[in-house]
Amino acid sequence: MNSNSGYKAFLSDQDVRWCPGCDDYIILRAFARALAAIGLPPERHVVVSGIGCASRLPYYVNTYGLHGIHGRAPAIATGVKLVHPDLYVWVITGDGDALAIGTNHFLHAIRRNLDINILLFNNEIYGLTKGQFSPTSRLDLKTRSSPQGNIQPPFHIGSLVLGADVSFFARVPGNDLNAMTKVFVEAARHKGTSVVEILQNCPVFNDGVFHPVTDKSTAVDHALWVEHGRPLIYGKDGKRGIVRDGCGLRPIRWESEQPPSEVMVHDEKVDNPSYAFALTQLSDPMVFGIIRRMRRPTYEERSQALKQKVAQSAIVHDFIRKAILQENT
Amino acid sequence: MSQLPSNSSTESSVTRIVLHIAGDSGDGIQFAGKQLTIASAHRGYAVITMPNFPAEIRAPKGSLYGVSGFQMHVGSTDIHTPGDTIDVLVAFNAAALKKALPDIPEGKIILADEDGFNPSNLKKAGFTSNPLTDGTLDNYQLITAPISKLTRQALIQTGIHSKLTQRSRNMFVLGMILWMFDLSLEETIAQLQQRFKDVPEIAQANIAALKAGWNYAETVELLQPLHLPIQENENTNAGQYTIAHGYEACVWGLLAAHKEAKRPLFFASYPITPSSDILQYIGNFLSEDVEVFQAEDEIAAIASAIGASFAGAIGTTSTSGPGFALKSEALGLAVMTELPLVVIDAQRAGPSTGMPTKTEQSDLLQALYGRNGEAPLIVLAASTPANCLEYAYWAVKLALEHITPVVLLIDAYLIMGAQRLEASALKKLPPIAPHIVSEDTTEYAPYLRNPNTLARYWAFPPMQGKMHRIGGLEKEDVSGHVSYDPENHHKMVQLRRQKVERVQQVIPPLQTEFADTGELLVLGWGSTYGSIKAAVQYLYEKGHAIGHAHLHFLHPFPKNTEQILRKFDKIVVCELNDGQLHRVLQSTFPGMKFWKYNKIQGIPFKEHELIEAFQKILTSEYSPVQHNSSS
Repeated sequence: MNSNSGYKAFLSDQDVRWCPGCDDYIILRAFARALAAIGLPPERHVVVSGIGCASRLPYYVNTYGLHGIHGRAPAIATGVKLVHPDLYVWVITGDGDALAIGTNHFLHAIRRNLDINILLFNNEIYGLTKGQFSPTSRLDLKTRSSPQGNIQPPFHIGSLVLGADVSFFARVPGNDLNAMTKVFVEAARHKGTSVVEILQNCPVFNDGVFHPVTDKSTAVDHALWVEHGRPLIYGKDGKRGIVRDGCGLRPIRWESEQPPSEVMVHDEKVDNPSYAFALTQLSDPMVFGIIRRMRRPTYEERSQALKQKVAQSAIVHDFIRKAILQENT
Repeated sequence: MSQLPSNSSTESSVTRIVLHIAGDSGDGIQFAGKQLTIASAHRGYAVITMPNFPAEIRAPKGSLYGVSGFQMHVGSTDIHTPGDTIDVLVAFNAAALKKALPDIPEGKIILADEDGFNPSNLKKAGFTSNPLTDGTLDNYQLITAPISKLTRQALIQTGIHSKLTQRSRNMFVLGMILWMFDLSLEETIAQLQQRFKDVPEIAQANIAALKAGWNYAETVELLQPLHLPIQENENTNAGQYTIAHGYEACVWGLLAAHKEAKRPLFFASYPITPSSDILQYIGNFLSEDVEVFQAEDEIAAIASAIGASFAGAIGTTSTSGPGFALKSEALGLAVMTELPLVVIDAQRAGPSTGMPTKTEQSDLLQALYGRNGEAPLIVLAASTPANCLEYAYWAVKLALEHITPVVLLIDAYLIMGAQRLEASALKKLPPIAPHIVSEDTTEYAPYLRNPNTLARYWAFPPMQGKMHRIGGLEKEDVSGHVSYDPENHHKMVQLRRQKVERVQQVIPPLQTEFADTGELLVLGWGSTYGSIKAAVQYLYEKGHAIGHAHLHFLHPFPKNTEQILRKFDKIVVCELNDGQLHRVLQSTFPGMKFWKYNKIQGIPFKEHELIEAFQKILTSEYSPVQHNSSS
C-alpha cells in the first residue's frame, strides 16, 4: 500500500481544531491515507457530515465536502450519490448524529444498500455540546445530563445495523492508524453501504472508556481481530477462542496445544446475519475487523434496472413527448 | 341574487355549463369525469374541472361522507373557475343528491339513477321519503332512469360477465352526458381502448355501456341536447393542447426546465396529502438524468435534494403544510450554503394536520419567514392548474440563475383541478442559463459573487480544481472558510438578502386586468385567480373602475408593485387565510391602506360572494372595520 506517501495532498489548508489528544487526529490521518491509497483524484470524493465533533472533518480534507445539519448526512449523501453514482461518497458521523437525531436516515441508507461509506466515530458521549450522555453511553455513566447516572440502555451499533441488513460492517480502534487505513480502503471498495464503527476516545468527557480493548497492554486478551477464513482465536498465548453457544457465541479457553475443533472459523459472507449479530453482541472479547461483507444489489443498481423498464413501458402522451420532452417521435 | 351572474341556463343562449357528477367513491366518478373532460376539450370547449374526494379511502357505500364528486365548468367563453352553482347534476345515489342539492338553483337539471334510491340508501342519506317521487324536486328538471338495470341489460346482451356490469355504470352515464353535450363517442372509445389495452374484456364492457347510454339518451327523449357554441380559435389538434391537472403541470414545468437548463433533475418527496400526486406522477419520467426518490421522511426528501444540488443537479422536492414545517431547518441550510433548490408546497388547511384534503393559502408567512436566523429566499405562487407549469419552470430558472432556494406555493385546489393547456404556452418560457463557474477559473472561491446578481458561482463534483467545502456554519465572504467574525456575519446576512432582492430586476412586472386605474384594485395571489377575475370582470362590465392584479412573485415583489397600487383609490387583498399577504403589504408599504377579504373554510371563493364584498367596498368610506367572509 502506497498510502504513506501522497496523503498530504488530501489534507486541506485549514487549521484542525479538535481537542489535544483526541483520536480524531489519528482518524483524519488514516482517512487521508486511505484516500491516497484508493488512487483516484480528490475531485472524485465527496465527504458529507452532520453535526458534532466528527462532522468537522470535511473541512480538513481537500475534496468536495458538505457539512450538513444534525443527523441528515446520510440523506444528503443519498442525493449526491444518486446524481453521480461513480463518485466515492463518504459520510462522517458520530454516535449522537447517526444514532440519536439521525437514526432514521442512517438505517434507511443501510436498508437501501446505497454504495456509500459511513464512518461512525463512536465516543459514547456528546462532545461538541460538552458532555451529555449519548445513545451509546453505558448504563450508570455519570455525565453532565445524567449527574446521578445514565438510565438509558445503549445501542449496540453492530447489532442495530445488522438489523437493517448492512452489507459491510467493521469495527476499528480509533488509535490504530494502520488498521483504520486498511479498513477504510476495504469499505470504499465494497459495493453497497459500508459502516465502520470507530471506537474513538474522547479525552475530555469520556476518557479511557475503551481502554481495555484499545490499549496495547490489555487489548491482546480482550480484543479479537477477525479475518475471513481464519479461526476465531485470540489471547497472549493464543489459547482463547469463540465457540457456538445455543443461538449465540461464547468465549472459551484451553490448555492443549491444538485449539478444540469447535472453535469457529470467521466467514464474513454468510447471508444470514445471525452469526455477525452474535459477534457484535460480544463485549469481552470485543470483536474488531471486518465482521460482515457480502454482496447484495445496491440501490443504484436497482434504480438503473428500473429506469430501463420505465423507458420501455411508460405511457407518455404525445403532447408531453413533443412539447415538453422535445422528442421528435 | 338576480343582479348576479348565473353560470348558464338551458336557454339557447347558453355559453357555459357547470356539470356535477356524484356517487360512491367506488363508482368510477373521477374516471368518467376525466373522459368527459378530454372529450370536451377535443370538441374545442374551454374546461376547468375540480374533483371532490371523500377523506376516507373506501367509505361505506351510500353514506354521505363517502360521496365522491366531480365538477366540470365547460363552455365556449372564458371560464375561470369550476363554477359556483350546478346546472346539471348527475346523482348515482341518494347521498350524492343530498350533498349537492344546496348548490343547485331551482330550474336546473337533475339526472338520477333511481336504482341508487332504494330504502337503505335513502335512510343513509337522511331522507324520510324518496325525493324522486315525493315532490321535493318539483321545481327542478328531474330526469330519472334505472341506470343500474339498463347497464346490466345492455351488457347481458353482449354476453359480458355480470360482475363488470355494476362497474360499467359510470360509462353508461358518460354515454348519456356525451349525447347531452353533443360530444362524439370516438375520442372516449379510443381512450378506453388505450387505457384497458391489457384487459380487453373490461374495454369491451366499458365501450358497450358507453354506447348503450348514448343510445338510451337519444331514444327516450327525456333529455334535450345542450348546444354550446364552439369557440373558433380553440385548437382541437391533438398534440397542440392537453388537459393539465395542477400536479401534472408542476411536473411538466420541472421537466421543461431540466431540458432547457441541461442539468440533471433530482426529485425527492415523502407522501403527504395533497402533494403526493406530484410524486406519483413524476415517476413516469425516470431516465438517465431524471432521478425520483421516495425518501424515508420529509427531512430526508429535502436533504437528499440539497445533496443532489451540491452534486450539480436541479434538486427539487414537494410537500404540504406539516411537511413544509419539517423541512424548515434544511431549507435554512440551502439558504446558508446558497444552493439551487426548488420546494413545491401544496398548501392545505392548517394548522397542524388541519383538514388535509381542503384548500387554504395559509403557508405564505411560513414560506417567507419560517426559518431560524435571517433566511430570505424566493417565493413564487402559481394561480391556475395550467400555469403551475410556467411557475415550476420559473422556480427552477431562478434557483439555477441565482443559486438560491425557491419555494413555489400551490394548494389543494390547484393540484387537483384541471384545465386546457396549450402547447404554445411552452414557447413563451424564457431561456435558463445556470450560473455555473467557467471551466477556466483556476482559483475557485465558492462565495465569490456575480457583481450584478450577487449570485455565487456553482461548482460541483467531479469538476477538476474546484473542490470546496461548504456547510451550515457562517462562512467568510468570498473564500467560504468558516468564520465567526462579527463584521463578516453582518455583511453575509446583508449579501444574502440583497441577492434575493435583486431578483426583482429579472421578474416580469405586475399586470392589471380590467381597469388599470380608478376606484378599486383587487389584489390576490395563488389559486384565487379565477374567482377574483370573474367577479372583477362582472363589476367592470357594470361600469365600475375596478381592476385585478395577481401576485405570482411574492418575494421579492415585482418592481412596479407600489406603482400599480398607487393608481387606485382603494385596494382590497383577497385571500383564503386570515390575512397573511395583507400583513406583508402593510409592513412593506407603510402608510398605504389595504382592505381585506378573507375566507378560512377550506373551500375556494365563490364568484358571487366576492362581487357582494367588492360592491360594499366600492360604496363605503374607508373604515378600520375589516370585511371578512362570514357564513
